[in-house]
Amino acid sequence: MSNVAIVGTGHTKFGVRTDVNLQELAWEAVKQALEEANLEQKDIEMFVVGNAGGWSSEPLSAIAIGEYCNLAPKGTMRVEAACATGSAAIRIAYQAIKSGEAKVALVIGVEQMNQSPHPVAVEMMGRAGNYFWEFENFGLTFPGYYALYATRRMAKYGMKEEDLGSVAVKNHYYGSYNPYATFQKQIKMEDYSKSRVVAYPLKLYDACPITDGAAALILASEEVARKITDSPVWIVSQGFASGTINLSKREEFLTIDASRVATEEAYRRAKIDFNDAWRYFDVADVHDCFTIAEIMAYEDLGFAKRGEGHLMAGNGETYIGGKIPVNVDGGLKAKGHPIGATGVSMAVSITRQLLYRAHKGTQADIRNGMGITHNVGGTGHYAYITIYSTRKPSA
Amino acid sequence: MGTVEIKEKQFNEIDKRMLEQIDQLIKTSGMPIIREPKTNNPLWVDVRDLTQRYVIPIGKIYKFFEYLNQGKLIGTKCPKCGTIYFPPQDDCTSCRLSGLTTVELSGEGELLTYTIITVKPLSFMHYQDYIVGIARLKEGINVLAWVNENPKNIQVGMKVKLSVAKREPEGYITYELRRT
Ligand SMILES: [Zn+2]
Repeated sequence: MSNVAIVGTGHTKFGVRTDVNLQELAWEAVKQALEEANLEQKDIEMFVVGNAGGWSSEPLSAIAIGEYCNLAPKGTMRVEAACATGSAAIRIAYQAIKSGEAKVALVIGVEQMNQSPHPVAVEMMGRAGNYFWEFENFGLTFPGYYALYATRRMAKYGMKEEDLGSVAVKNHYYGSYNPYATFQKQIKMEDYSKSRVVAYPLKLYDACPITDGAAALILASEEVARKITDSPVWIVSQGFASGTINLSKREEFLTIDASRVATEEAYRRAKIDFNDAWRYFDVADVHDCFTIAEIMAYEDLGFAKRGEGHLMAGNGETYIGGKIPVNVDGGLKAKGHPIGATGVSMAVSITRQLLYRAHKGTQADIRNGMGITHNVGGTGHYAYITIYSTRKPSA
Repeated sequence: MGTVEIKEKQFNEIDKRMLEQIDQLIKTSGMPIIREPKTNNPLWVDVRDLTQRYVIPIGKIYKFFEYLNQGKLIGTKCPKCGTIYFPPQDDCTSCRLSGLTTVELSGEGELLTYTIITVKPLSFMHYQDYIVGIARLKEGINVLAWVNENPKNIQVGMKVKLSVAKREPEGYITYELRRT
């Protein structure tokens, strides 16, 4: 089994990208990744496209992108795992290289949600649960799903509105330093408190924006990686899991079960002790489609004790210089969440962090050379946890 | 109001306005192209709309709807392992047994959590803001439904009752939660 290295990364500006179409947007990220790796399209043996789709007009997005980016006739597919689509795409390429089936693979995550009118986008996201029993009659929205977790935590652990707000304030702070982010402006707790409720108790400033964007990653086998770069970042392990489609079948609404199961798998493979997990990592990117999601991620990754996650951002523990810097690229909250691109964007952020190539004002101290991404699809329907290191995995 | 009137109202508000805009664009510029106000980026406005209405098979759980029509709410129960299913299903996939029996639900439960939807999906635009809650019933199963209650009177842990209700303005039969 080959070790798998990241040898090239690409990332577009996230936001409202009405200046380009889907394939042009993908190309911006692909071009950057090819240049970084100093590779040409003919060197790519396969490409995987993470695109949840539906919002943008091309149904066969992988093929539209393959043609435009001059990647045909290499083999491809579109991969979907809701908001974890990008991580699922990484998984396909990772496994292909690990198994020896391919030596160089390109992962493209792309989404152009602004091609659909806003109310249609809200409708489509709401439908992304159990359609018949939970949407058809009861019309939950995406913020609504996560709001159910937030209400429960407030009642059970005494979480306050300001605890949610402290996550938004942190992520906007870092987003202001990230030129790729949708929102590059800081917010105050006052702005947060005044923002409009979208699904009680969640407000506009608890939510990530509807976003267009793309990110790309070139993965290579150890043999190839050694030839093309002195500074590969290795994928140490990945864990993945799934949850119930019916939200009502979840037990407690205090934790994302799938995210915990995926974390256990990733930690076991990487020999990381859950209770001390934060000590292993220099930086983390977690799924903060809503502020409450980041809070649960802290606990599901073992960074905070159960029932204490909502205190971390307010205490400064997840800022640079704190216990464990989290979402210092602005997170989905400020950077944006183009569904299919998100997982790939997280991988790009962590790779560049580990190589000291993060944007000014967002670079964490790298001591152990290790980082982690936590990417949840739906509201805990899918979960992908991926661990990265500048040191080659031992096994 | 039935679904025809509702659809007509929505069509007049959203679709018709859009179609008129497209016609206008073609008349003035020869093509359905608009300029995004903020950036001046040219955007092609699709002239092919996609309307999708699914037909969903419910034969295996038709009993549920028959009971609902009589004002009763049921789950299904596996005679072998005793699991109660809600939403109802006719297969116990862990026992690999089909043709499960029905159990009438007590409807008595406690509110686990809730949210108030203020930014609504397109197909829910014609409703007032609504409360979605999840209740844990005495039987140990959870049910998600609208909570028909003043938001001021709602709290996690309160006792609720699940009952059959009519969804207006369409007028079809569904179920809801109320404070007891
Ligand atoms: Zn059974």
